[in-house]
Amino acid sequence: MTAVAPVSVDVRGWSWRHGGRKAWALRGLDLHLEPGERVLLLGPSGAGKSTLLTALAGLLDAGSGGEQEGVVLLDGQPAARARARAGLVMQDPEAALVMARAGDDVAFGLENRAVPTAEIWRRVDEALDAVGFPYGRDAPTSALSGGEQQRLALAGILALRPGLLLLDEVTANLDPAGAALVRTVLADVLSTTRATAVIVEHRVEQVVDLVTRAVVLEPGGGVSEDGPPDEVFGRSGARLAARGVWVPGHRPDVRRGAVAAPGPGLVRAEAATFRYPAADVDALRPTDVTLRAGEALALTGANGSGKSTLALCLAGLLRPTAGEVVAQPALDPPEPPRPMWRWPGRDLVARVGTVFQDPEHQFVASTVRAELMVGPRRTGADETAAVRRADELLEQLGLTALAAANPFTLSGGEKRRLSVATAIATAPRVVVADEPTFGQDALTWAALAGLLADLRDDGCALVMVTHDTDLVKAVADQRLDLDRIPPTTRVDHAAVVVDQPQLHDQRGSDDEGTARGKQ
Amino acid sequence: MSLLVPLAPDPDAALARRNPVAKLAAVGIITVGMLLSLDAVTPAVLLLIEVLAFPFAGVRLGTLLRRSWPLLLSIAGVCVANVVAIDRGDVLLDLGPVEVTSGGLESAAAVALRLLALTLPGIVVLAATDPMDLADALVQRWHVPARFAYGALAALRLLPLLSADWQMIGRARRARGLDAGRSPVAHLRAFAGQVFSVLVAAVRRGVRLAQAMEARGFGATGVERTVARPQPMRRGDWLLLAATLAAVVLATAVSVAVGSWQLPFA
Repeated sequence: MTAVAPVSVDVRGWSWRHGGRKAWALRGLDLHLEPGERVLLLGPSGAGKSTLLTALAGLLDAGSGGEQEGVVLLDGQPAARARARAGLVMQDPEAALVMARAGDDVAFGLENRAVPTAEIWRRVDEALDAVGFPYGRDAPTSALSGGEQQRLALAGILALRPGLLLLDEVTANLDPAGAALVRTVLADVLSTTRATAVIVEHRVEQVVDLVTRAVVLEPGGGVSEDGPPDEVFGRSGARLAARGVWVPGHRPDVRRGAVAAPGPGLVRAEAATFRYPAADVDALRPTDVTLRAGEALALTGANGSGKSTLALCLAGLLRPTAGEVVAQPALDPPEPPRPMWRWPGRDLVARVGTVFQDPEHQFVASTVRAELMVGPRRTGADETAAVRRADELLEQLGLTALAAANPFTLSGGEKRRLSVATAIATAPRVVVADEPTFGQDALTWAALAGLLADLRDDGCALVMVTHDTDLVKAVADQRLDLDRIPPTTRVDHAAVVVDQPQLHDQRGSDDEGTARGKQ
Repeated sequence: MSLLVPLAPDPDAALARRNPVAKLAAVGIITVGMLLSLDAVTPAVLLLIEVLAFPFAGVRLGTLLRRSWPLLLSIAGVCVANVVAIDRGDVLLDLGPVEVTSGGLESAAAVALRLLALTLPGIVVLAATDPMDLADALVQRWHVPARFAYGALAALRLLPLLSADWQMIGRARRARGLDAGRSPVAHLRAFAGQVFSVLVAAVRRGVRLAQAMEARGFGATGVERTVARPQPMRRGDWLLLAATLAAVVLATAVSVAVGSWQLPFA
């Protein structure tokens, strides 16, 4: 990747208020970046980090109905008129890719910037090469993994040779392997292009080596801390951690009840297998697993290993194409006996609560309180009982102030908490959660992990699909690593369960010995 | 929905390599030819030529049939309607209230042949055209606004994502206890709820996509967009147009020669 002319940034007395809001998202911000500086932008949720990045990309003022004071200048020019100087990479690569083929997608920005045809493909190849894109120009973007998509999105920006690179939580949506690769690429790109960079990232420890300066934003205010990362964390690490910033060396605590012997089995998968129509390989290879009351099971493995598919099967939401998922007598299955995937919704919601990866998928009501009353009503609770249960959950999850808000208008962390609350509103005995802590700040993380641990301690069988090793350590009693189910199509069953991950942490990578087959 | 999702044609097939606007123009020529004939012979000859040319399209027959069955079904429906409604010529079969007449059969055959000869090239051209190429060609050759062509193209990419949303939202609603059970009214309500949720998801995806496109300079004023994939009209494209015109003229000539051709509106 060739070096670019790095951009200087000048933010002077800048304030921004989103359309229709009373409070300022950012107020009186002053910030100067020398060309080539690399800055980590920190702050609690709602401090306006993403808003500032959008403003630096020059994408904020046009028709969004917001109100602005002060100026944002790139090389002395208003950012809105210097859009070509900045490149913004966002959290969700699927939303950033525009074209069906990798090469066409990278070329798209170059066409828009009027780069001559002959030059376009040279720069496409150069950008794909810079991010270590493993396939050719013709690779279909929809078939890429999240990490590959994110690298492609980065290539689409790098091809435009921005002097200011803006990275908004670019690894938050990726599995650990994909995230690590993207970070390696970023380190490489930043050192070769020498572009000015502003990075927003929840998991600070993962990017702190890439930056030379850390800037902390105050919600509704300006800059509250500024300096080399070590100094900033030394001075106010504890204070930042208390406000939800993931600070290296500060890990939120999750209290843990006494580890009790697990209760009876509630759901059992017997060689549960899933294969999409017309697919050549199983999305979920034959798997045995039992969910027991009072036990938390973590499903881990790379993207595509079948974790979410297994979770859907265990939750009675997907019919296995072979094998079975059987509700055990202790779960009090409804009459007449039927496989879980055929249970009527009202029977299912009383026994199994599911937290979907995208919280918005499970929102069905127009207010937060109504959302929490749906489940209890469906299971026959009267109006007073449903209201009481909703208020209890609102209190428990710190959403009381938002009871009348529309679920879709909540912040990411609030949506996640609400989605967990809806899943447990009927006090189900089995709770299945798909990536419950994805991309959350430390405060929301601690609240969610605490809640999940409580569910387990109260006798729920808990299933968590997760990449989050901190969550596995804090809450899980058992771990099923789907990468370890042999890739061959097997006739017999495979069950590879590692008990008590806490007990096995010291073994590091040598945990093959703890894998055991079907009893 | 499957009608809209592009097929993966053989990119090296003769028809797939042609300029998309040339292919559209060829379909236009056939349409005009069919509008100017009312008999069964013209479309029959043209259909024969189309079937003979089909191997050059690089589209598999099975794929074509899977895609076009709704169309074939509706053509069959039109035929039945013709047979039932038209009472002309000899009675061939008496089914009580319905009589099958030779005139009805003739008319049904003519309509079916016309519809087939007209729609087959349309479907094949759509299937043998990469949507990206189509957008490029429309913008470069017919000066369709880039905002419209590439906007629609990008939206096309969202369709499979929306179909995944549809499935996941259906599961999520059941997980919340909101499936319909046996009552048809509840089914309708549940369906409406699911449609609404998917629409919300679609709007959100659309807004994010528009932002992503804008962030990469799409729609910037005062910039003349360049093209990564030039779509010139080559000799082969002109040949395609000439061959199509020749086929239509030949079909009409055969029809006139056997004395079956009638001038429409006459």
